[in-house]
Amino acid sequence: MSKFRAPLVFLIMAGMLVFVGVYQSWSVSLSILGMCLISAVMALGVNIQWGYAGLFNAGVMGFTAIGGVAAVLVSYPPVKEAWSAGGGGIGISLLIMLVMSAIIYFSLKLLPKGKLRGLLIFIVLLLGLYVARQFFYPAVSSIESVDSAVSGFLGGMGLPILFSWIVGGVLAAAVAWAIGKVALGLRSDYLAIATLGISEIVIAVIKNEDWLTRGVKNVTGLKRPVPLEAELQQEEWFISLVSRFNESKLAAISDADAKAEMLRSLVIEGSGIFVKLCYAGLFAVVLLIVLALSIRALNSPWGRMMRAIRDNDEAASAMGKDIKKRHLQVFILGSAVIGIAGAMLTTLDGQLTPTSYQPLRFTFLVWVMVIVGGSGNNLGAVFGGFLIWFMWIEAEPIAIVLMSFVTSGMAETSALKSHLIESAPHLRLFLMGLLLLFVLRFSPKGILPEKVRHS
Amino acid sequence: MPETIEMLNALTLFSNFVLIPGLAYGSQLALGALGVTLVFGILRFANFAHGDLMAFGTMVTILMTWWLQSLGVSISPLPTALIALPIGIIVTALFAVATDKAVFSFYRLKKSPPVILTIASIGVMFMMNAIVRFIIGPNDQRFYDGEKFLMKAREFKQLTGLDEGLSIRYTQVLTVVVALVVVIALFWFLQRSRTGKAMRAFSDNEDLALLSGINPDRVVLITWIIAAALATIAGVLYGMDKSFKPFTYFQLLLPIFAAAIVGGIGHPVGAVVGGYVVAFSEVMVTYAYKKVFVYVLPEDWQPEGLSQLLSTDYKFAVSFIILVVVLLIKPTGLFKGKVIK
Repeated sequence: MSKFRAPLVFLIMAGMLVFVGVYQSWSVSLSILGMCLISAVMALGVNIQWGYAGLFNAGVMGFTAIGGVAAVLVSYPPVKEAWSAGGGGIGISLLIMLVMSAIIYFSLKLLPKGKLRGLLIFIVLLLGLYVARQFFYPAVSSIESVDSAVSGFLGGMGLPILFSWIVGGVLAAAVAWAIGKVALGLRSDYLAIATLGISEIVIAVIKNEDWLTRGVKNVTGLKRPVPLEAELQQEEWFISLVSRFNESKLAAISDADAKAEMLRSLVIEGSGIFVKLCYAGLFAVVLLIVLALSIRALNSPWGRMMRAIRDNDEAASAMGKDIKKRHLQVFILGSAVIGIAGAMLTTLDGQLTPTSYQPLRFTFLVWVMVIVGGSGNNLGAVFGGFLIWFMWIEAEPIAIVLMSFVTSGMAETSALKSHLIESAPHLRLFLMGLLLLFVLRFSPKGILPEKVRHS
Repeated sequence: MPETIEMLNALTLFSNFVLIPGLAYGSQLALGALGVTLVFGILRFANFAHGDLMAFGTMVTILMTWWLQSLGVSISPLPTALIALPIGIIVTALFAVATDKAVFSFYRLKKSPPVILTIASIGVMFMMNAIVRFIIGPNDQRFYDGEKFLMKAREFKQLTGLDEGLSIRYTQVLTVVVALVVVIALFWFLQRSRTGKAMRAFSDNEDLALLSGINPDRVVLITWIIAAALATIAGVLYGMDKSFKPFTYFQLLLPIFAAAIVGGIGHPVGAVVGGYVVAFSEVMVTYAYKKVFVYVLPEDWQPEGLSQLLSTDYKFAVSFIILVVVLLIKPTGLFKGKVIK
C-alpha cells in the first residue's frame, strides 16, 4: 500500500487536471498546472525548513517577493536617464552605508566591550545615516522624476529573465542569511512571529522604494522566456502544426473560407495552450531539479543529521553537531528555493505588483500545502502544492455552484440569496482551514507521510 | 512672553498628532496584546487567530448595532455599539470556547508541542477569516453613530488663543476610558479573585497547580472567555476609532504580537506597556516634525525637509524593528516574560 501511495495520489491529481481540461477548458487546466508547479517548488522550500529541521518560517511571502524583485532587476532594460540622473547619488549613499557597516563590524570585533564602544557605534551609525541621507534623497527624487508615468526607476540589467530564477534564489539566500543571523536563536513561535514581521517589512520596502521597484505603480511588460502568442500565430511552422493536429476537424469542412476561419481560431486557441505548455515545461524542469536535489540531501548523512537535530536538538548537540550553524544553513537553503519560486511566479505573471503579496495567500497557504501534503517528505510537499493550488482555484466555481443550489428555493429578488452567492468565493478560505485542521487531527503526518527507516 | 506661546503651540501640535492618537491606538493594542498574552501564558501557544477573533467579535457587535439602530434604539451622544458590545462579547466567547472544544483541546490533552497548536491556530485563522468575510463582506464598514468631537480644533483655538488647534474625538476618549476600566477590572480579577489566582498559578507551573486541585478545564474556559471579551472590546474600539475591515484586523495581529513580546509574553503588565510602546513608536517615527521644529527651534536651525524619520507606509515595519531589537537585547521582553519550550 505505502509503496504505491505516492504514484497513486499523483495519478489521481493528473486525472483531476485532465478532468478540468476536458470539462472546463485546457487553457484553465494548463494555467492551474503552471501555478501548481510553482506552488510545489515553494512547498519544497518550506519543507526543507520545517520538514527537515523544524524551523517555523512565517515569512514565505517576503522571500517570494524578493524573487519577484530579482525578476525585475535582471530582466528589465536599464533606464539610462535615471542612472545618469541619480545613479551616482545612490551609489555614494550605498558606499557610505557600506563603510559605516564596516566600521561598526570592526569596532565590534576589535574594541573591548563597554560603554565607549557602544557610544562610538551609536555616533558612527547616526553620522553615517545622516550623511547618506544627504545623497540619497536628492538622488531618489531625481530618479523618480525621470518620465515617472512610464519608468521613474533605475530599471534592471536587461538580461534574459531566466537568469533571474538563479538571482532570485541568491538574493533570497542573502536576505535569509541576514535574518537567520538575527532571528534563528529564537524559540519556534518567536521565530514565526519575527519572520512574519520581516516579510511585512520586505513588502513595505518594495511598495515604497519607487527608485528600485517602481513601488505600487507596478512594473509591467517584463521579458518572457517563451514566444508571444501574437508572434506565434504568424509563424508558418506553428500553423501547419495546428492544422496537422486538427486534420479531421478541418477535413470535415468543405467550404474554403470557413476552413480558413476555423484554422485561424484554432491557431489562436492553440497559441495560448502552446505558450502555457512552454511555461509548464520550464517550471517542471526546475521542480524536478530541486526535487532531485532535495531527495538526495534528505537521504544523505546531512539529511540524517538534520532530522536528528529536529527530533532532539540536545542529543544532537551532545554528539557535537553545531545546531545554530545547521539551522542557519537549512534556513538559507529553503529560502533560496522559495526565492526561485518567487522569480518564476513573477516571470509567469509578466509583471511585479507589490500589492498582490498577501500573507494569507503567500505564506499561510504554502504552509497548508506542506502540512496537508506531508511535512518531511519531499514528494508529499510537491503533492500538497499541486492539490492545494488546484483546490484554491477550483473551490471558487464549486462554491458558487453549491451556493446557487442551496439558494435555489429562495425568491430571485431575495437580498439574502444575492449576498450568499456573492460571498461564495470566500468559502475557499474556509475550505483551506478545514482541510488543514482535518489533516492535522486525523493524519498529522499528511497525505504522504515521512518515511522513517529503522535499521 | 512670546517664547512660552511658541512652546505651547508646539506642545499642542505634538499632542494633537502624536500624544492623543498614540494613546488611543496604544489602548487598543494593549487590549489585544492582553488577550494574546493570556492565551500564551495559560494555553502556551501563539494564537495566530487572535486578529480574526477580534474581527469576529467586532462583526457580531456591528450586526447587533445595525439591528438596534433599525429598532430606533439610541443612547446619543454615546454610540449604539456600546449597548451591542455585551452581546458581541457573549457570542464571541461562545464561539471561542466552541473553537477550543473542537480544535485546541485535542492537542492540549495529547500534550502536543506548542508549535502544533500554533499551526492549528493557522487553520482556525483561515476559517474565521472566511466566516467574517462571508457574513459581512471584505469591505469597509463604519458603525460609529455617536457624537464626533469632544473638542474641535477651532473651539480650542478660541478658548486658548493659540495658533494651533487641539481636537479630541469622542472615540479617543471612549477608547482610553474603556481600556482603563477593562485593564483595572482584569488586574483586580487576576490578583484578587480565586479564579484569577488559579489562572496565575496555572500559568506559573501547570503541574503544581494541578496537584493543588485547580480544575484545568475551568481555567482554560475562563481564559478563552476573557480572551474573547478582550478581543471583542479591542476590535470594537478600533473599529469605532478608525473603521472595520476584515483585512486590517488580520494585519493588526502583527503590532499586537509585537506588543505582547516587547512587554514580555505571558505577562499582563508587560502587554499593556508593550501596547503603548509599539503605538507611540509607530506614531512618533512616522510623524513629520517640521511644524513642531518651526515653533521650537530658532530660525536658522530649522530643517529643510519634513523631518519625518520614516514614511507612514513603514508603520508596520516599525513595530517589528522594535520587536527584533528587544528580542536581541532582552529576549524575555521588558518585563520578565516566560520562556516555554
